[in-house]
Amino acid sequence: MNPPGAGSADRRGPFFSRPQGGSAIASPSKSGNSKEMVGECLVLIIGGGSTGTGLARDLALRGVSSLLLERQDVNSGASGGNHGLLHSGARYIGSDPAAARECREEGELLKRLAPECIEETGGLFVAVRGDNENYIADFPAACARYGIPATSVDVREARELEPALAENLIAAYSVRDATIDPFRLSFNNLAQARSLGSEVMIYSRVISMEASGERIVAVRVRNMETGRETVVRPEIVVNATGAWAGRIAAMVGVKINIIFSKGTLLITPRRVAHRVINRLRKASDSDILVPGGTVSILGTTSIRVEDPDDIYPEIHEIDEIIREGARMVPALDASRFIRAYCGIRPLVHTGNGDEDDREVSRGYYLADHDRDGLSNFITITGGKLTTYRLMAEKTADLVCRKLGVAEPCRTRTEPLPDAEETRWTEPGLAAKKALLKGDPADLMVCDCEMVPRSVVDNLIETVRAQKGGVGMIDIGQRSRVGKGSCQGTFCSQRLIAHLYDREIYQSEAGLAEMKTFVQERWRGQQPVLWDTHMIQADLQEAVQCGLLGLELTDDEQPRAEDSASSFEERDEVPKRTAIGRAETCPKR
Amino acid sequence: MAAALFAVNRGLDVIQVGSVSELNFASGLLDLLAVHPIESGRVWDDPWAALKKLAEDEPLHPYARLDPEEMAGAFREFVECLDESGQSYVIRPERNSSVITHLGTLKATYAVPRSMYGAAAAYESGQDCLLVGFHDLRGFSSRLIAENLRRCWTGRLRYDTVTVPGEKGELYNEPLARSLENPSKLQSLAEAIAPAIRGDEAVGLPAVLGIKEVRRVHLEMEAILGRPVFEIPTMVPSVTGMRLREGFAGRLRARGVDAVHQAKVIGFARDSAGGFVFQVGGEKPQSIVKAKAAILATGRFFGRGLEADRRRVRETVFGLPVSQPPDRDGWYLRDYFSLAGHGINRAGVEIDGRFRPVGPDGRPVYENLFAAGSILAHQDWKRQKCGGGLAITTAMAAVRASISFLA
Repeated sequence: MNPPGAGSADRRGPFFSRPQGGSAIASPSKSGNSKEMVGECLVLIIGGGSTGTGLARDLALRGVSSLLLERQDVNSGASGGNHGLLHSGARYIGSDPAAARECREEGELLKRLAPECIEETGGLFVAVRGDNENYIADFPAACARYGIPATSVDVREARELEPALAENLIAAYSVRDATIDPFRLSFNNLAQARSLGSEVMIYSRVISMEASGERIVAVRVRNMETGRETVVRPEIVVNATGAWAGRIAAMVGVKINIIFSKGTLLITPRRVAHRVINRLRKASDSDILVPGGTVSILGTTSIRVEDPDDIYPEIHEIDEIIREGARMVPALDASRFIRAYCGIRPLVHTGNGDEDDREVSRGYYLADHDRDGLSNFITITGGKLTTYRLMAEKTADLVCRKLGVAEPCRTRTEPLPDAEETRWTEPGLAAKKALLKGDPADLMVCDCEMVPRSVVDNLIETVRAQKGGVGMIDIGQRSRVGKGSCQGTFCSQRLIAHLYDREIYQSEAGLAEMKTFVQERWRGQQPVLWDTHMIQADLQEAVQCGLLGLELTDDEQPRAEDSASSFEERDEVPKRTAIGRAETCPKR
Repeated sequence: MAAALFAVNRGLDVIQVGSVSELNFASGLLDLLAVHPIESGRVWDDPWAALKKLAEDEPLHPYARLDPEEMAGAFREFVECLDESGQSYVIRPERNSSVITHLGTLKATYAVPRSMYGAAAAYESGQDCLLVGFHDLRGFSSRLIAENLRRCWTGRLRYDTVTVPGEKGELYNEPLARSLENPSKLQSLAEAIAPAIRGDEAVGLPAVLGIKEVRRVHLEMEAILGRPVFEIPTMVPSVTGMRLREGFAGRLRARGVDAVHQAKVIGFARDSAGGFVFQVGGEKPQSIVKAKAAILATGRFFGRGLEADRRRVRETVFGLPVSQPPDRDGWYLRDYFSLAGHGINRAGVEIDGRFRPVGPDGRPVYENLFAAGSILAHQDWKRQKCGGGLAITTAMAAVRASISFLA
């Protein structure tokens, strides 16, 4: 007898039928609730970050189809709020040697298999006067012990290579750090998974899970835009929700202790150094300056917080980051930063709670909840972006063991195809293409980043195919619109005009979403508003409030409210004072 | 601008130093007051009633020091000058007017250029309107405006988009507006718009009906289309700001105001008689200006009148004390659109009863230095919708105070 799912013709196929075909399994539920859809799937992956998307791809390459659910958009957790650093591993030789080795191996693999997502910048570890001399002395031997290449560099030469470095350097080592675009990575993983028959539902949140006997039998999902609910009956459930893994597991009574460690990062308007610059000391705050496309990213911190949904870069936190970073690169003290953002590292807590958060292992946590009485439930969380592929591999191994699938992992050897639609996240690409094409009729929507109408129209089609609908925020997520120096002040107006002309929006829906778009860009700017940045902020508010009165419009949230959630919900944008519709029309 | 006008009108010898290019970003609408208290989001129909309440609730607001009669007079004098330069304004003395913005919101304002006033009239009487956009004029979608305005509009709102004849590629506000001062170009545009009209009582267009010649071009368009036409201000920089700047600068020149607009005050000293000696220039000093009194109207961050590092806000010309939140935490809220408003907006230069900047002891820093406009503390012009009025009325007060001083 064939084990279920192994190469047999009646292996359960994709969950959702797509317009271009595939099996339609959804059927009305027995309760007769015509709003509700019920369907089945083989593997249900909850969480669309680097781990979840990587897992979908790994499984797809083994012939196992999956349905991935993501409550917002891809990479909306830590995968979208990190340094973008492909660690050489040297940072962890003191604190976590196993992690150090893993980083080295995985980093080299990814450089070979996903080169379009990676820039091989190289890295430097530098110490300044006052740093711990013992640590510096032990560094080369420790690196050698764990197989991490680290070459001593004369400080004068280091400063020639990177003129931005401080004058009082006392030591420097060259390492094989690189940078990675986590969005391109996740979108590419997802694109290949989908091309092999897997499914994705974004803006789809898991509301509840139902267990019966030793299995999870049903997962209730709500579409956050339409409010519509679907019930999924999965064979296997993988909880890949990062910081929210504890909440998902709690839905079926499984306890996972997660410490939420917030890290804040700042983005400079221009690239400050060619290479990754690391502080040569035991891992601490503001140790790393990472180049990313046309900018540099400075951070980070490690602050324990209570609620992963309510995190914000704090003013004093930012001043600390700048102060510490300026010790390696003095120009950072007077630098402008175009935005600040933060993410949560989920640290699975198995100790007594007294350790410094940097001591809790940065290694990943893979749990087979068979031990908790659920044979078809797995959690994968923790870890680092650099080791996402390994995390996905180990998880897929476990999934396949449970399914009786004997296919081996292919992600160590199969290159990751670069999907056309993901390339618009690359800074400057739209500009290059626009210049080459030279079509004067293809007007720019975003002047700062040179994104023309044709790219926007292209994205409209892509997103529509994935989501059914599309809006400004989707376009902003998948392109550089709004990410340049005007931070969306002007291009948001051009974009919304274009979307209304294309009849994407009806009545005030577009204006409401534009306010959310503007608020999102503001969220990153607000913590770093000082100096010349305030000139642009002044103009922005003068236009958007002084002239347009956008703060006065009465609007509903663009996404459906979560009325019956099992835990406290927080909207992305705090609610305004409710004003009745009639009152917002000026008196005649 | 207002200060220079009021001063020269009163016989003073005036030199105006500083950039005026920021005016290019103006909409041409002159606000008096529309929202109070800002936390409520309440829009007032009667700006004078709002003013009365504001003065009670916010005694430190610059408006609280002013006499409403004088404020109305200052507006009239300002608007008369614009009228001379070819831009008529409509003021309904006791009421705000609501004009249409390019995002389909309605803005309550006080003094409205005649070319835009038709929108207010159409709104009030619920006229059936046709909104027309132009292909390749970015950021202006007639459909967007119609879709968003519809819920407040009692008449019928239709929209259309036409191609401006004789244009290739992207349209830019300024060259388009200037080209429409040519009667045959205007005629061909009107002919492109006319077929779209179907019994609409009024037509709304992007604000490109000429710059210097706006009065004539607007009337001609109305004549050809045979019905009221109103302009809707476009994305900035919009020609409405250029009209203001060019018109006003011309009238000031004609009145004998010395204008140094390509440079700014980069240093100052005091002479033995207590007068000011200003160094004027760009990167380097270019000239010296001596003045018995000075009015500081340099604006806020956008105008470079104020600047800040990570810690403090500074006034850029004299280094005057700046009232401000105790630290950067209090500058900006996380919720951009919060009706509470951003704390930094209330920062600025504090003044005494004679509109002179004061030090921490409450005494004027210099007896012959006066201040006016958005650089003043304790107001939030962007949220209160009092920008134009703040500039005009406090300029009048500062000029009056400096005349007293000089007497």
